[in-house]
Amino acid sequence: MHELPVTEKILDIIVSHAQRNNVQKVVSVNLRVGELSDLENEWIQHYFDYLAKDSVAEGAKLVIERVPVVMHCNGCGESFQVDVKAMKEIQCGNCDSKDYTLVSGKDYYIKDMEVI
Amino acid sequence: MDEVRLIEVKEDIRADNEKKADGLRSQLKAEKTLLMNLMSSPGAGKTTLLMKSIGMIKDEIKVGVMEADIDSKVDAEKMVAQGIPAIQLRTGGFCHLDANMVEQGLGAMDVKGLDLIIIENVGNLVCPAEFDTGAVLNAMLLSVPEGDDKPLKYPLMFSICDVLIVTKTDYLSLSDFDMEAVKERAKKLNSNIKIFEISAKSGDGLEAWTDWLKNEVLTFVK
Repeated sequence: MHELPVTEKILDIIVSHAQRNNVQKVVSVNLRVGELSDLENEWIQHYFDYLAKDSVAEGAKLVIERVPVVMHCNGCGESFQVDVKAMKEIQCGNCDSKDYTLVSGKDYYIKDMEVI
Repeated sequence: MDEVRLIEVKEDIRADNEKKADGLRSQLKAEKTLLMNLMSSPGAGKTTLLMKSIGMIKDEIKVGVMEADIDSKVDAEKMVAQGIPAIQLRTGGFCHLDANMVEQGLGAMDVKGLDLIIIENVGNLVCPAEFDTGAVLNAMLLSVPEGDDKPLKYPLMFSICDVLIVTKTDYLSLSDFDMEAVKERAKKLNSNIKIFEISAKSGDGLEAWTDWLKNEVLTFVK
């Protein structure tokens, strides 16, 4: 259920770019999705196939690259990667600070698309 | 055969929503109204918590409630019956609220004069965590019967919340719920998270939570 509104939005953006670029057919779309997002690649594709029917993006393949969770340390300014699934205490590898802000990992970014 | 070419898109699909959410935040800041987004699983006890909490602070703080559900308006009716200004948003199948829906809700409310507006989001631990509503405070309610493994299963929700309220502590003696484990797991995901243990039914711990909330609102509207 969660994938549906997200996929609708992806399709909207793709179609608007396709219209601006005189595209006849979208072949594939490269997406970057953050590790913190609970989306299943397979389901996004299923929903996409359903929603994109009869549009310029019908049959397009979604290529999904996962973006790691990266934090910015508010102590020393370094950035560090976090494995959320490991459930280890999140702290800066450089200065041990536990004061941090999220830099990436929540992303739903459309990079580019291959079109005809 | 036509040649395949590459078009750069470079768009985040939530960019529109985040822009709208930032707009709502500045608008409400100017109107001196704090917007809080309350999230939980279905049945955790959001409505009960809100009715009890608002009852305790309403003499000092003017509160309005925006109820969101996939269908029905029972929650808003309960609030209104208690004399709390409330509107019901029906999301029509959508599993979460986004900034657009909140903007519509604010349009239907008499925001002027309210110090605090609480969004009771759709009961769901996944999607509401992903979409910015324009709230300044994100709160999550976890009930003891749901189990102490929720931070392991829904890390994003715990990582975006400013405050975690663990409710139905009156069930603790009947369950193997490990309170310390929940706190530790939540703090690992979010070292700044504020945690309260309450029972909306017995009233245990409610005052510490409402005092904190009152203080947040009074600091914000100053």
